[in-house]
Amino acid sequence: MKELLLIAVGSAIVNNVVLSQFLGICPFLGVSKKTDTAAGMGGAVIFVITIASLITSIIYKGILANPFLAEKGIDLTYLKTIVFILVIAALVQFVEMFLKKSIPALYQSLGVYLPLITTNCAVLGVALNAVTYEYSILETVVYGFATAVGFFIAIVLMAGLREKIEYNDIPKPFQGTASVLITAALMSIAFMGFSGMI
Amino acid sequence: MNILAIVVAALVVGFVGLFIGFFLGISGEKFKVEVDEKESAVLEVLPGNNCGGCGYAGCSGLAAAIAKGEAPVNQCPVGGAPVAAKIGEIMGVAADEGEKKVAFVKCAGDCEKANNDYEYTGLTDCAALAFVPNGGPKTCNYGCLGGGTCVKACPFDAIHVVDGVAVVDKEACKACGKCVAACPKHLIELVPYSASHLVRCSSKDKGKDVMAACSVGCIGCHLCEKNCEYDAVHVEDNIAYIDQSKCVGCGKCAEKCPKKAII
Repeated sequence: MKELLLIAVGSAIVNNVVLSQFLGICPFLGVSKKTDTAAGMGGAVIFVITIASLITSIIYKGILANPFLAEKGIDLTYLKTIVFILVIAALVQFVEMFLKKSIPALYQSLGVYLPLITTNCAVLGVALNAVTYEYSILETVVYGFATAVGFFIAIVLMAGLREKIEYNDIPKPFQGTASVLITAALMSIAFMGFSGMI
Repeated sequence: MNILAIVVAALVVGFVGLFIGFFLGISGEKFKVEVDEKESAVLEVLPGNNCGGCGYAGCSGLAAAIAKGEAPVNQCPVGGAPVAAKIGEIMGVAADEGEKKVAFVKCAGDCEKANNDYEYTGLTDCAALAFVPNGGPKTCNYGCLGGGTCVKACPFDAIHVVDGVAVVDKEACKACGKCVAACPKHLIELVPYSASHLVRCSSKDKGKDVMAACSVGCIGCHLCEKNCEYDAVHVEDNIAYIDQSKCVGCGKCAEKCPKKAII
């Protein structure tokens, strides 16, 4: 239990996926103009990463790192990147179809963000990191969920800041992406304050 | 070099790919959602700005509502009559002629005509300006702040701040209502395109205070009300209102207005 809690806090705040691991920067910069759309993106990411980490973990343990194959001297673990990409892309497609049919309300609220996440490197990053850290299936799910919560925190904070920045009179060279990147850098430095907590 | 390992790897990836392909194909059939033909046809016709002027999240939302019969065919304020007619054809309903509306800023107090209490330097955005003492630098608490929040909100480049007061370009305005929602002073209103006479002031202050604040403010003198033969103008809370359904555009009110607040 203590182990899981440490994983959760560690990946949500201390090793924040965006601000200290620099994964998932694309949606972080692209969909952070308004807090409600940012929250929608964050919600979709939580949903997808949690499911994806469960499925990829099962596939890794069941197929790629299968003890039966290992006994025969066949090591398939190097296939993890390509298999995970395939599985995650298919999974997102399937989840989208499933939601559209079964839970239209959730599909409406996640909207366009769901397919966007297919190519989000944070999803793949979580799956690959979990393999590197040699987590069990349960640990991987907790790790995935907490990482996604970290992403949610980061993107919503960023959107809140950007909404305020909009009002400012920024010199022309710094308008738009430049000021956003500077803001992201400052947030990243602020999150460094958590390092060493765990 | 372990040939077996290479073969197994190829097989594993190949089968994973095949399985995913079949799985997605089958579930694609199984979870197919019937999309109404009418809905996609209506969506084709809609302008596709996704401005939200209709009150739905975007054009697809409105298309779904029209296809279900929940929204009238002329709900889209941007497309207006031509789009309503096309949608009416698809839906098999005769389109009612929707009255064209435009946004109108109920303030004429530009830099010259309205007095300022103090000089303001800071964020040039109405949301911020409305929070400074006295609700903005202008003496009049009701007037346009000229910060341009409506300009930023307008998706059609139809509203501009001219000489410290927002002015709507009647031809470019699509009556989407974005500026109406954006204005912290609630100065913007949707009025009929054909409206000939409008009160260009929203000050509810007493006449004396208005006199001190602005040279074109409505002082609530009731002259317009008394001179209207059609019972279209009324003064409530020290400000004149024109009932556009009764107004025939005779222009008596504008003529008699001592402050020229009716245009």
